Amino acid sequence: MTLEAKALSTEKMVLNFGPSHPATHGTLRVIVELDGELVTKAVPEIGFLHCGFEKLGEHLDFNQFVTVTDRMNYISPLCNNVAYALSAEKLLDIKVPKRAQYIRVLMCELSRIADHLVQIGMQAVDIGAFTVFLYGFRLREKIYDLFEMVCGARLTTSYTRVGGLMRDLPENSIPVVYDLLDRLPATLKEIDGLLTHNRIWLDRTRGIGPISHDEALSYGLTGPLARAAGVDYDLRVKEPYSSYEDFDFDVIIGQNGDVYDRYIVRMYEMWESQKICRQVMDNLPGGPVNVDADSKYILPPRPEVFNSIEGLIHHFMVTMENRGFTPPVGEAYVPTESPNGELGYFIVSDGSREPYRVRTRPPSLINYSAFPRMMENMMVSDAVAILGSLNVIAGELDR
Amino acid sequence: MLPKDQLTIVLREKFPEGFIEITEFRDMLTIHIRGEHVLKLLRTLKTDPRFAFNFLSGITAVDHLEMEGHARFSVVYHLLNQHEARRIVVRAWVHEEEPRLPSAYPLWKTADWQEREVYDLFGVEFTDHPDLMRIMNPDYFEYHPLRKDYPLQGRGERDNFKVVKRSIGSKWPSEKGFE
Repeated sequence: MTLEAKALSTEKMVLNFGPSHPATHGTLRVIVELDGELVTKAVPEIGFLHCGFEKLGEHLDFNQFVTVTDRMNYISPLCNNVAYALSAEKLLDIKVPKRAQYIRVLMCELSRIADHLVQIGMQAVDIGAFTVFLYGFRLREKIYDLFEMVCGARLTTSYTRVGGLMRDLPENSIPVVYDLLDRLPATLKEIDGLLTHNRIWLDRTRGIGPISHDEALSYGLTGPLARAAGVDYDLRVKEPYSSYEDFDFDVIIGQNGDVYDRYIVRMYEMWESQKICRQVMDNLPGGPVNVDADSKYILPPRPEVFNSIEGLIHHFMVTMENRGFTPPVGEAYVPTESPNGELGYFIVSDGSREPYRVRTRPPSLINYSAFPRMMENMMVSDAVAILGSLNVIAGELDR
Repeated sequence: MLPKDQLTIVLREKFPEGFIEITEFRDMLTIHIRGEHVLKLLRTLKTDPRFAFNFLSGITAVDHLEMEGHARFSVVYHLLNQHEARRIVVRAWVHEEEPRLPSAYPLWKTADWQEREVYDLFGVEFTDHPDLMRIMNPDYFEYHPLRKDYPLQGRGERDNFKVVKRSIGSKWPSEKGFE
């Protein structure tokens, strides 16, 4: 007697992933077509958080829109502030003092460390390792405490102004920065010990969501995602802005373009950021952080406003609705290396006080568009690992 | 890359019908071209070794209703040559009556979502796009909100949202229950 195994009849199943799923960190929805546990097709649907930031930008003046840029990438808002200020300054042809440029670099690099810590922690939580998240968040809290000390807010920083910064680094924040930089190696060591050679972590991330060098270019990937795929392009080195050419650091390149390489690239990038921060702090130039107040881009000092009629008039000339500075007719775009990739604001001006058009080049949106390609022939549980490695910020994705 | 004057001569020879002009602002060159010829221009810029712009950094659009321009809409392409770290901007102009131009999807896959965004927010259509549908707004939405004739506060699309009234806190429920 022989046993005959009948072939199982299978049919494809459609699974709805999100919009409110604990692993999506924001309102993302992915419709996945499954063949057993294998994903045959993944279609992301976005736009749940669309709030018309770009339309709003056409009705706010150059300094007012800085507050909106905070709300786009709320994991590293300072990078957005700096990117917007750089584009506006290119349009107006302003050169900010060296000290302001150095402080901007410091803030961007600290934001990068905070962003990567959150990203690695969140991805580990999604895959099932909670401890990493807590270890990373401890340092991230310290960084946010520093932001609060410098900008007055933890999240909605709005630190930059056209022509400089809201204010200088306070005196008592300098030892805090050094303290942070001293703590970072220990945190990195903890995360490294927990994850890098962890068997489960390796199984869940190695060979998952790979993307090749050419595909990364075709999909427009930038930042750690592209560098993990072997694209040797870092805007801080190739197109330096805000005095990045003064600092000595390495660009981290991966090989395989999978989730594990992205993790490794981010880990090393934090180390490089720490190197840049130290160089900034050791060589911090003196002087003002704003362009000359006579240029009418910057508000005069407060005591002058309250005590002299010239100061008061100056203040009104900057803030009144029918006054203020006006750029020439033209357009400007300054790409910057944000933690997620190329971030820049394309500003078109018609010569009035408000920009005619403000466009964000959102790394989250463009990186997320490669998600269906990365999901091909992956398991449904890999969706969470890949989504975590993309670090999609919904505020920037939908704007 | 070629300087502005030589680039003008080369492109005018290559695209006698489509080429409009080259402008320069703050060291950035912008090539202006008629919309229907943009795919040919992009292909030349990508494959010609004299240009070799291998990376499409972004696609967006500008509505020139209240500002001077060659037509109503211009679709803006930011290109990057990663070997020389050079950038260039291409502006493809399309008219209001027929806002249509070829998709850049055959050259770069990143054009997929970004062209959908331009279509959603400006109403500019891309021919031969694999899946041209709205991306930010719901499919039943009728307008294109980043056009200049669309008001900042909308056209009352959200006024007919269902309002749920709750009586908790203001008054106690009657015997019939909450009103």
